[in-house]
Amino acid sequence: MSDSASIMPEHPPVTDWVNDFDHTDPTWTENPFPIWEKLRAASPVVHTERFLGCYMPTTYQAVKEIAYDTDHFSSRRVIVRDVRPEITARAPPITSDPPEHKPAKQLLLPPFTPDAMKKLEPRVRAICNELIDEFIADGKCDAAARYTKHVPVRAIAHMLGIPEKDGDLFIKWIHGILELGIKDDNALMEAVKEMTGYFAGHIEHRKQNPTDDLISTLMNARDKDGNPLADEHVLGSLRLLLIAGIDTTWSAIGSSLWHLAKTPADRERLVKEPELMPLAVEELLRAYSPVTMAREVMKETTVSGCPVKPGNMVLLSFPAANRDPSMFPNADKVVIDRKENRHAAFGLGIHRCVGSNLARMEMTVAIEEWLKRIPDFRLDPAGKVTWSEGTVRGPRQLPMLFGKAN
Amino acid sequence: MAGKLKIRVDQDKCQGHARCKSLAPELFDLDEFGNAHEVGDGAVPAGLEDKAWLAQSNCPEIAIEVTEE
Repeated sequence: MSDSASIMPEHPPVTDWVNDFDHTDPTWTENPFPIWEKLRAASPVVHTERFLGCYMPTTYQAVKEIAYDTDHFSSRRVIVRDVRPEITARAPPITSDPPEHKPAKQLLLPPFTPDAMKKLEPRVRAICNELIDEFIADGKCDAAARYTKHVPVRAIAHMLGIPEKDGDLFIKWIHGILELGIKDDNALMEAVKEMTGYFAGHIEHRKQNPTDDLISTLMNARDKDGNPLADEHVLGSLRLLLIAGIDTTWSAIGSSLWHLAKTPADRERLVKEPELMPLAVEELLRAYSPVTMAREVMKETTVSGCPVKPGNMVLLSFPAANRDPSMFPNADKVVIDRKENRHAAFGLGIHRCVGSNLARMEMTVAIEEWLKRIPDFRLDPAGKVTWSEGTVRGPRQLPMLFGKAN
Repeated sequence: MAGKLKIRVDQDKCQGHARCKSLAPELFDLDEFGNAHEVGDGAVPAGLEDKAWLAQSNCPEIAIEVTEE
Protein backbone atom coordinates (compact mmCIF):
# COMPACT_ATOMS: atom_id res chain seq x y z
CA MET A 1 0.00 0.00 0.00
CA SER A 2 1.19 3.44 -0.81
CA ASP A 3 1.28 5.99 2.02
CA SER A 4 -1.70 8.22 1.38
CA ALA A 5 0.07 11.24 2.88
CA SER A 6 2.38 11.27 -0.14
CA ILE A 7 -0.51 11.66 -2.56
CA MET A 8 -1.50 15.22 -3.18
CA PRO A 9 -5.21 16.10 -3.22
CA GLU A 10 -6.98 15.37 -6.48
CA HIS A 11 -6.56 18.13 -9.01
CA PRO A 12 -9.77 20.14 -9.38
CA PRO A 13 -11.09 20.20 -12.95
CA VAL A 14 -9.77 23.11 -15.02
CA THR A 15 -12.21 25.84 -15.97
CA ASP A 16 -9.77 28.66 -16.83
CA TRP A 17 -7.07 27.12 -19.05
CA VAL A 18 -5.15 30.34 -19.63
CA ASN A 19 -4.53 31.09 -15.92
CA ASP A 20 -4.88 27.64 -14.38
CA PHE A 21 -3.62 25.08 -16.90
CA ASP A 22 -3.00 21.46 -15.85
CA HIS A 23 -1.38 18.94 -18.20
CA THR A 24 -2.77 16.07 -16.11
CA ASP A 25 -6.40 17.15 -16.58
CA PRO A 26 -8.43 14.49 -18.42
CA THR A 27 -9.47 17.02 -21.08
CA TRP A 28 -5.80 17.69 -21.90
CA THR A 29 -4.96 13.98 -21.88
CA GLU A 30 -7.79 13.22 -24.30
CA ASN A 31 -7.20 16.04 -26.78
CA PRO A 32 -4.64 18.75 -25.93
CA PHE A 33 -4.53 20.47 -29.33
CA PRO A 34 -7.46 22.92 -28.92
CA ILE A 35 -6.15 23.80 -25.45
CA TRP A 36 -2.71 24.70 -26.82
CA GLU A 37 -4.35 26.85 -29.48
CA LYS A 38 -6.26 28.74 -26.80
CA LEU A 39 -3.13 29.24 -24.67
CA ARG A 40 -1.08 30.36 -27.69
CA ALA A 41 -3.74 32.93 -28.60
CA ALA A 42 -3.56 34.31 -25.04
CA SER A 43 0.22 34.68 -24.61
CA PRO A 44 3.59 33.20 -25.64
CA VAL A 45 4.03 32.22 -21.97
CA VAL A 46 1.19 31.27 -19.61
CA HIS A 47 1.31 30.43 -15.89
CA THR A 48 -0.51 28.17 -13.44
CA GLU A 49 -0.40 28.12 -9.64
CA ARG A 50 -0.66 24.34 -9.80
CA PHE A 51 2.51 22.23 -9.41
CA LEU A 52 3.81 24.86 -6.92
CA GLY A 53 3.94 27.35 -9.80
CA CYS A 54 4.66 26.55 -13.42
CA TYR A 55 5.01 28.41 -16.72
CA MET A 56 4.31 27.04 -20.16
CA PRO A 57 5.75 28.53 -23.35
CA THR A 58 3.09 28.14 -26.03
CA THR A 59 4.91 29.15 -29.22
CA TYR A 60 7.80 27.52 -31.07
CA GLN A 61 9.84 30.68 -30.50
CA ALA A 62 9.27 30.74 -26.73
CA VAL A 63 10.03 27.02 -26.40
CA LYS A 64 13.23 27.55 -28.34
CA GLU A 65 14.34 30.52 -26.23
CA ILE A 66 14.00 28.44 -23.04
CA ALA A 67 15.64 25.34 -24.52
CA TYR A 68 18.67 27.41 -25.54
CA ASP A 69 18.94 29.35 -22.27
CA THR A 70 20.76 27.00 -19.89
CA ASP A 71 21.82 29.99 -17.82
CA HIS A 72 18.34 30.89 -16.52
CA PHE A 73 16.71 27.45 -16.88
CA SER A 74 18.06 24.30 -15.22
CA SER A 75 17.42 20.70 -16.27
CA ARG A 76 17.92 19.35 -12.75
CA ARG A 77 14.19 18.58 -12.63
CA VAL A 78 12.79 17.30 -15.92
CA ILE A 79 9.27 16.35 -14.85
CA VAL A 80 6.65 18.85 -13.67
CA ARG A 81 5.15 17.33 -10.52
CA ASP A 82 3.01 18.28 -7.50
CA VAL A 83 6.07 18.09 -5.24
CA ARG A 84 9.69 19.21 -5.46
CA PRO A 85 11.60 16.94 -3.09
CA GLU A 86 15.38 16.99 -2.64
CA ILE A 87 17.10 15.75 -5.77
CA THR A 88 18.54 12.31 -5.06
CA ALA A 89 18.36 10.17 -8.20
CA ARG A 90 20.11 12.01 -11.03
CA ALA A 91 20.04 10.70 -14.59
CA PRO A 92 22.94 12.32 -16.47
CA PRO A 93 23.01 13.86 -19.03
CA ILE A 94 19.26 14.66 -19.17
CA THR A 95 19.30 16.15 -15.64
CA SER A 96 22.69 17.84 -16.15
CA ASP A 97 23.44 21.50 -16.87
CA PRO A 98 26.66 22.91 -18.35
CA PRO A 99 29.51 22.29 -17.74
CA GLU A 100 28.73 18.75 -16.48
CA HIS A 101 26.35 18.07 -19.35
CA LYS A 102 28.72 17.76 -22.29
CA PRO A 103 31.10 15.04 -21.04
CA ALA A 104 28.16 12.98 -19.74
CA LYS A 105 26.42 13.26 -23.10
CA GLN A 106 29.54 12.51 -25.18
CA LEU A 107 29.76 9.12 -23.47
CA LEU A 108 26.30 8.12 -24.67
CA LEU A 109 26.41 9.48 -28.22
CA PRO A 110 28.61 6.93 -30.10
CA PRO A 111 26.36 3.91 -29.38
CA PHE A 112 23.35 5.83 -30.81
CA THR A 113 24.63 7.13 -34.16
CA PRO A 114 22.66 6.31 -37.33
CA ASP A 115 25.37 3.81 -38.33
CA ALA A 116 25.08 2.03 -34.97
CA MET A 117 21.31 1.88 -35.46
CA LYS A 118 21.73 0.25 -38.87
CA LYS A 119 23.40 -2.69 -37.13
CA LEU A 120 20.47 -3.03 -34.74
CA GLU A 121 17.82 -2.69 -37.46
CA PRO A 122 17.62 -6.39 -38.53
CA ARG A 123 16.92 -7.43 -34.92
CA VAL A 124 14.15 -4.82 -34.65
CA ARG A 125 12.59 -6.03 -37.92
CA ALA A 126 12.61 -9.56 -36.52
CA ILE A 127 11.06 -8.37 -33.23
CA CYS A 128 8.23 -6.66 -35.15
CA ASN A 129 7.47 -9.79 -37.14
CA GLU A 130 7.61 -12.03 -34.07
CA LEU A 131 5.02 -9.76 -32.44
CA ILE A 132 2.76 -9.63 -35.50
CA ASP A 133 2.91 -13.44 -35.79
CA GLU A 134 1.28 -13.63 -32.35
CA PHE A 135 -1.94 -11.78 -33.28
CA ILE A 136 -2.35 -11.48 -37.06
CA ALA A 137 -4.54 -14.60 -37.31
CA ASP A 138 -7.02 -13.07 -34.83
CA GLY A 139 -7.95 -10.38 -37.34
CA LYS A 140 -7.73 -7.77 -34.58
CA CYS A 141 -5.59 -6.66 -31.65
CA ASP A 142 -4.98 -3.97 -29.10
CA ALA A 143 -1.98 -2.56 -30.96
CA ALA A 144 -0.72 -0.63 -27.91
CA ALA A 145 -0.65 -3.70 -25.67
CA ARG A 146 0.43 -6.29 -28.24
CA TYR A 147 2.73 -4.34 -30.58
CA THR A 148 3.79 -0.73 -30.07
CA LYS A 149 4.80 -1.27 -26.43
CA HIS A 150 7.03 -4.27 -27.05
CA VAL A 151 9.10 -2.93 -29.95
CA PRO A 152 11.06 -0.36 -27.88
CA VAL A 153 11.15 -2.58 -24.78
CA ARG A 154 12.81 -5.42 -26.65
CA ALA A 155 15.08 -3.13 -28.68
CA ILE A 156 16.48 -1.30 -25.63
CA ALA A 157 16.81 -4.56 -23.69
CA HIS A 158 18.78 -5.97 -26.62
CA MET A 159 21.07 -2.93 -26.67
CA LEU A 160 21.61 -2.92 -22.90
CA GLY A 161 22.17 -6.66 -22.82
CA ILE A 162 19.34 -7.44 -20.37
CA PRO A 163 16.63 -10.08 -20.87
CA GLU A 164 13.84 -8.99 -23.22
CA LYS A 165 11.46 -10.99 -21.01
CA ASP A 166 11.94 -8.50 -18.15
CA GLY A 167 9.94 -6.00 -20.21
CA ASP A 168 6.87 -6.05 -17.96
CA LEU A 169 9.01 -4.90 -15.04
CA PHE A 170 10.36 -1.98 -17.08
CA ILE A 171 6.85 -0.92 -18.05
CA LYS A 172 5.74 -1.00 -14.41
CA TRP A 173 8.66 1.17 -13.25
CA ILE A 174 8.19 3.68 -16.05
CA HIS A 175 4.49 4.00 -15.27
CA GLY A 176 5.44 4.67 -11.63
CA ILE A 177 7.95 7.35 -12.56
CA LEU A 178 6.33 9.16 -15.49
CA GLU A 179 2.63 8.92 -14.65
CA LEU A 180 1.88 8.00 -10.99
CA GLY A 181 4.99 9.89 -9.83
CA ILE A 182 3.58 13.27 -10.87
CA LYS A 183 1.13 13.08 -7.96
CA ASP A 184 2.48 10.23 -5.79
CA ASP A 185 6.06 10.61 -4.57
CA ASN A 186 6.12 7.14 -2.97
CA ALA A 187 5.22 5.47 -6.26
CA LEU A 188 8.12 7.27 -7.90
CA MET A 189 10.64 6.48 -5.15
CA GLU A 190 9.63 2.82 -5.11
CA ALA A 191 10.02 2.51 -8.88
CA VAL A 192 13.43 4.24 -8.84
CA LYS A 193 14.58 1.97 -6.00
CA GLU A 194 13.54 -1.23 -7.76
CA MET A 195 15.06 -0.11 -11.03
CA THR A 196 18.33 0.89 -9.37
CA GLY A 197 18.53 -2.47 -7.60
CA TYR A 198 17.90 -4.30 -10.85
CA PHE A 199 20.70 -2.49 -12.70
CA ALA A 200 23.08 -2.73 -9.73
CA GLY A 201 22.74 -6.50 -10.02
CA HIS A 202 23.57 -6.42 -13.72
CA ILE A 203 26.60 -4.20 -13.06
CA GLU A 204 27.93 -6.54 -10.34
CA HIS A 205 27.48 -9.53 -12.64
CA ARG A 206 29.47 -7.81 -15.40
CA LYS A 207 32.34 -7.03 -13.04
CA GLN A 208 32.99 -10.80 -13.01
CA ASN A 209 31.66 -11.59 -16.50
CA PRO A 210 32.34 -8.74 -18.96
CA THR A 211 30.00 -8.45 -21.94
CA ASP A 212 29.95 -6.29 -25.07
CA ASP A 213 26.61 -4.56 -24.50
CA LEU A 214 25.74 -0.96 -23.60
CA ILE A 215 25.96 -1.58 -19.83
CA SER A 216 29.56 -2.73 -20.25
CA THR A 217 30.29 0.18 -22.58
CA LEU A 218 29.25 2.57 -19.80
CA MET A 219 31.18 0.61 -17.16
CA ASN A 220 34.31 0.76 -19.34
CA ALA A 221 33.95 4.47 -20.15
CA ARG A 222 36.62 6.82 -18.81
CA ASP A 223 36.29 10.51 -18.02
CA LYS A 224 38.74 13.10 -19.35
CA ASP A 225 41.19 12.26 -16.55
CA GLY A 226 41.10 8.57 -17.38
CA ASN A 227 39.00 7.56 -14.37
CA PRO A 228 36.05 5.15 -14.64
CA LEU A 229 32.58 6.53 -13.96
CA ALA A 230 31.20 6.19 -10.45
CA ASP A 231 28.65 3.37 -10.17
CA GLU A 232 26.06 6.04 -9.35
CA HIS A 233 26.70 7.76 -12.71
CA VAL A 234 26.42 4.46 -14.59
CA LEU A 235 23.19 3.64 -12.74
CA GLY A 236 21.78 7.09 -13.45
CA SER A 237 22.49 6.83 -17.16
CA LEU A 238 20.99 3.32 -17.29
CA ARG A 239 17.83 4.59 -15.56
CA LEU A 240 17.68 7.35 -18.14
CA LEU A 241 18.05 5.00 -21.12
CA LEU A 242 15.31 2.71 -19.89
CA ILE A 243 12.90 5.50 -18.90
CA ALA A 244 13.54 7.61 -21.99
CA GLY A 245 13.77 4.73 -24.44
CA ILE A 246 10.44 2.98 -23.92
CA ASP A 247 7.33 5.10 -23.23
CA THR A 248 8.46 7.65 -25.77
CA THR A 249 8.84 5.38 -28.79
CA TRP A 250 5.89 3.26 -27.67
CA SER A 251 3.87 6.47 -27.88
CA ALA A 252 5.31 7.61 -31.20
CA ILE A 253 4.64 4.27 -32.93
CA GLY A 254 1.19 4.10 -31.37
CA SER A 255 0.17 7.61 -32.44
CA SER A 256 1.45 6.88 -35.94
CA LEU A 257 -0.63 3.69 -36.26
CA TRP A 258 -3.63 5.50 -34.71
CA HIS A 259 -3.32 8.20 -37.38
CA LEU A 260 -2.93 5.66 -40.20
CA ALA A 261 -5.89 3.60 -38.92
CA LYS A 262 -8.22 6.58 -39.29
CA THR A 263 -6.63 8.11 -42.40
CA PRO A 264 -6.90 5.61 -45.29
CA ALA A 265 -5.46 8.08 -47.83
CA ASP A 266 -2.17 8.39 -45.93
CA ARG A 267 -2.03 4.66 -45.30
CA GLU A 268 -2.60 3.78 -48.94
CA ARG A 269 -0.04 6.33 -50.04
CA LEU A 270 2.65 4.86 -47.79
CA VAL A 271 1.89 1.36 -49.06
CA LYS A 272 2.18 2.54 -52.68
CA GLU A 273 5.08 4.95 -52.16
CA PRO A 274 7.30 3.49 -49.44
CA GLU A 275 10.05 5.96 -50.40
CA LEU A 276 7.94 8.61 -48.61
CA MET A 277 8.58 6.93 -45.27
CA PRO A 278 11.40 9.25 -44.09
CA LEU A 279 9.26 12.37 -44.64
CA ALA A 280 6.20 10.65 -43.17
CA VAL A 281 8.05 9.66 -40.00
CA GLU A 282 9.21 13.26 -39.46
CA GLU A 283 5.68 14.56 -40.02
CA LEU A 284 4.17 12.05 -37.60
CA LEU A 285 6.85 13.04 -35.08
CA ARG A 286 5.89 16.69 -35.54
CA ALA A 287 2.13 16.26 -35.34
CA TYR A 288 2.14 13.70 -32.49
CA SER A 289 5.36 14.49 -30.63
CA PRO A 290 5.14 12.38 -27.50
CA VAL A 291 7.58 14.10 -25.16
CA THR A 292 7.06 17.19 -22.98
CA MET A 293 10.10 18.14 -20.91
CA ALA A 294 10.56 20.49 -17.97
CA ARG A 295 12.96 23.13 -16.70
CA GLU A 296 13.30 24.96 -13.39
CA VAL A 297 13.63 28.76 -13.45
CA MET A 298 16.90 29.65 -11.68
CA LYS A 299 17.10 33.41 -12.33
CA GLU A 300 14.62 36.09 -13.30
CA THR A 301 14.47 36.80 -17.03
CA THR A 302 12.02 37.31 -19.89
CA VAL A 303 10.84 34.88 -22.56
CA SER A 304 9.31 36.35 -25.72
CA GLY A 305 8.81 39.53 -23.70
CA CYS A 306 7.08 37.78 -20.78
CA PRO A 307 8.67 37.96 -17.31
CA VAL A 308 9.49 34.64 -15.63
CA LYS A 309 10.51 34.28 -11.98
CA PRO A 310 12.58 31.76 -10.03
CA GLY A 311 10.74 29.27 -7.85
CA ASN A 312 8.63 28.16 -10.79
CA MET A 313 8.91 25.16 -13.06
CA VAL A 314 8.51 25.32 -16.84
CA LEU A 315 6.43 22.82 -18.78
CA LEU A 316 8.55 22.68 -21.93
CA SER A 317 6.07 21.43 -24.48
CA PHE A 318 7.84 20.49 -27.68
CA PRO A 319 4.53 18.98 -28.85
CA ALA A 320 2.82 22.40 -28.56
CA ALA A 321 5.74 24.12 -30.32
CA ASN A 322 5.30 21.69 -33.19
CA ARG A 323 1.67 22.77 -33.63
CA ASP A 324 2.50 26.49 -33.86
CA PRO A 325 1.01 27.78 -37.14
CA SER A 326 3.53 30.62 -37.33
CA MET A 327 6.22 27.96 -37.75
CA PHE A 328 4.33 25.26 -39.66
CA PRO A 329 1.70 26.05 -42.32
CA ASN A 330 -1.41 23.90 -41.74
CA ALA A 331 0.11 23.00 -38.37
CA ASP A 332 -2.94 21.01 -37.27
CA LYS A 333 -3.00 18.91 -40.43
CA VAL A 334 -0.82 15.87 -41.04
CA VAL A 335 0.85 16.52 -44.41
CA ILE A 336 2.40 13.12 -44.92
CA ASP A 337 5.03 14.40 -47.40
CA ARG A 338 5.74 17.75 -45.70
CA LYS A 339 9.03 19.05 -47.16
CA GLU A 340 10.07 21.78 -44.71
CA ASN A 341 9.87 20.49 -41.20
CA ARG A 342 12.16 21.86 -38.49
CA HIS A 343 10.16 20.05 -35.83
CA ALA A 344 11.41 19.94 -32.25
CA ALA A 345 10.11 16.49 -31.28
CA PHE A 346 13.57 15.53 -30.02
CA GLY A 347 14.17 18.87 -28.35
CA LEU A 348 16.31 21.84 -29.34
CA GLY A 349 19.80 22.79 -28.15
CA ILE A 350 22.21 20.77 -26.03
CA HIS A 351 19.60 18.33 -24.69
CA ARG A 352 18.68 16.94 -28.13
CA CYS A 353 17.41 13.42 -27.43
CA VAL A 354 20.36 11.04 -27.37
CA GLY A 355 18.14 8.25 -28.69
CA SER A 356 16.62 10.15 -31.61
CA ASN A 357 18.27 7.92 -34.21
CA LEU A 358 17.08 4.81 -32.34
CA ALA A 359 13.55 6.19 -32.11
CA ARG A 360 13.43 7.03 -35.82
CA MET A 361 14.70 3.61 -36.77
CA GLU A 362 12.20 1.84 -34.50
CA MET A 363 9.31 3.97 -35.79
CA THR A 364 10.26 3.42 -39.42
CA VAL A 365 10.72 -0.32 -39.03
CA ALA A 366 7.60 -0.81 -36.88
CA ILE A 367 5.38 1.08 -39.36
CA GLU A 368 6.97 -0.58 -42.42
CA GLU A 369 6.65 -4.13 -41.09
CA TRP A 370 3.08 -3.48 -39.91
CA LEU A 371 2.07 -2.09 -43.34
CA LYS A 372 3.70 -5.04 -45.13
CA ARG A 373 1.73 -7.57 -43.10
CA ILE A 374 -1.43 -5.53 -42.36
CA PRO A 375 -1.88 -2.93 -45.14
CA ASP A 376 -5.56 -2.39 -44.26
CA PHE A 377 -6.69 -1.69 -40.70
CA ARG A 378 -9.05 0.57 -38.78
CA LEU A 379 -9.97 1.50 -35.23
CA ASP A 380 -12.31 -1.05 -33.65
CA PRO A 381 -15.58 0.82 -33.01
CA ALA A 382 -16.35 -1.65 -30.20
CA GLY A 383 -13.20 -0.62 -28.30
CA LYS A 384 -11.88 2.60 -26.83
CA VAL A 385 -8.60 4.40 -27.49
CA THR A 386 -7.03 5.71 -24.27
CA TRP A 387 -4.04 8.05 -23.89
CA SER A 388 -1.27 8.24 -21.29
CA GLU A 389 -1.26 11.17 -18.88
CA GLY A 390 1.36 13.80 -18.28
CA THR A 391 4.91 13.83 -19.59
CA VAL A 392 4.73 11.38 -22.48
CA ARG A 393 1.61 11.24 -24.65
CA GLY A 394 0.55 8.24 -26.68
CA PRO A 395 -2.17 5.60 -26.99
CA ARG A 396 -2.20 3.03 -24.16
CA GLN A 397 -5.20 1.13 -25.59
CA LEU A 398 -5.44 1.00 -29.36
CA PRO A 399 -8.02 -1.55 -30.49
CA MET A 400 -7.70 -2.31 -34.20
CA LEU A 401 -9.56 -4.44 -36.76
CA PHE A 402 -7.59 -5.77 -39.73
CA GLY A 403 -8.74 -5.84 -43.36
CA LYS A 404 -11.00 -3.54 -45.32
CA ALA A 405 -14.24 -2.35 -43.74
CA ASN A 406 -17.30 -4.15 -45.12
CA MET B 1 21.62 30.95 -64.02
CA ALA B 2 22.46 31.02 -60.31
CA GLY B 3 26.03 30.43 -59.20
CA LYS B 4 27.34 27.24 -57.63
CA LEU B 5 26.18 26.46 -54.13
CA LYS B 6 28.33 25.90 -51.10
CA ILE B 7 27.22 24.47 -47.76
CA ARG B 8 28.69 24.75 -44.27
CA VAL B 9 27.60 23.22 -40.96
CA ASP B 10 28.11 25.53 -37.97
CA GLN B 11 29.78 23.22 -35.45
CA ASP B 12 28.67 25.37 -32.52
CA LYS B 13 25.02 25.05 -33.52
CA CYS B 14 24.83 21.43 -34.72
CA GLN B 15 23.33 19.13 -32.07
CA GLY B 16 23.38 15.93 -34.09
CA HIS B 17 19.72 15.67 -35.16
CA ALA B 18 21.14 14.07 -38.35
CA ARG B 19 18.28 15.32 -40.51
CA CYS B 20 20.78 16.59 -43.12
CA LYS B 21 22.53 13.25 -43.40
CA SER B 22 19.18 11.52 -43.86
CA LEU B 23 17.96 13.96 -46.56
CA ALA B 24 21.26 14.57 -48.39
CA PRO B 25 23.78 11.82 -47.61
CA GLU B 26 25.90 12.93 -50.59
CA LEU B 27 26.48 16.33 -48.98
CA PHE B 28 26.77 15.64 -45.24
CA ASP B 29 28.69 13.26 -43.03
CA LEU B 30 28.55 12.52 -39.31
CA ASP B 31 31.40 12.18 -36.81
CA GLU B 32 31.66 9.48 -34.13
CA PHE B 33 29.25 11.46 -31.90
CA GLY B 34 26.70 11.82 -34.69
CA ASN B 35 27.36 15.54 -35.29
CA ALA B 36 27.27 16.71 -38.90
CA HIS B 37 29.81 18.33 -41.19
CA GLU B 38 29.82 19.05 -44.90
CA VAL B 39 31.45 16.53 -47.26
CA GLY B 40 34.77 17.83 -48.63
CA ASP B 41 34.91 21.61 -49.02
CA GLY B 42 31.11 21.91 -49.05
CA ALA B 43 30.84 22.55 -52.81
CA VAL B 44 27.45 21.21 -53.97
CA PRO B 45 27.80 19.12 -57.15
CA ALA B 46 25.47 20.03 -60.03
CA GLY B 47 22.11 18.34 -59.65
CA LEU B 48 22.19 18.24 -55.83
CA GLU B 49 21.14 21.87 -55.26
CA ASP B 50 17.60 20.93 -54.21
CA LYS B 51 18.95 18.49 -51.64
CA ALA B 52 21.18 21.22 -50.18
CA TRP B 53 18.18 23.54 -49.73
CA LEU B 54 16.05 20.68 -48.36
CA ALA B 55 18.65 19.84 -45.72
CA GLN B 56 19.00 23.52 -44.84
CA SER B 57 15.26 23.96 -44.38
CA ASN B 58 14.90 20.91 -42.13
CA CYS B 59 17.72 21.55 -39.66
CA PRO B 60 16.02 22.25 -36.29
CA GLU B 61 19.06 24.18 -35.04
CA ILE B 62 19.42 26.39 -38.16
CA ALA B 63 23.02 25.16 -38.28
CA ILE B 64 23.37 24.84 -42.07
CA GLU B 65 24.43 27.78 -44.23
CA VAL B 66 23.92 27.62 -47.98
CA THR B 67 25.72 30.30 -49.99
CA GLU B 68 25.93 31.02 -53.69
CA GLU B 69 29.42 31.53 -55.03
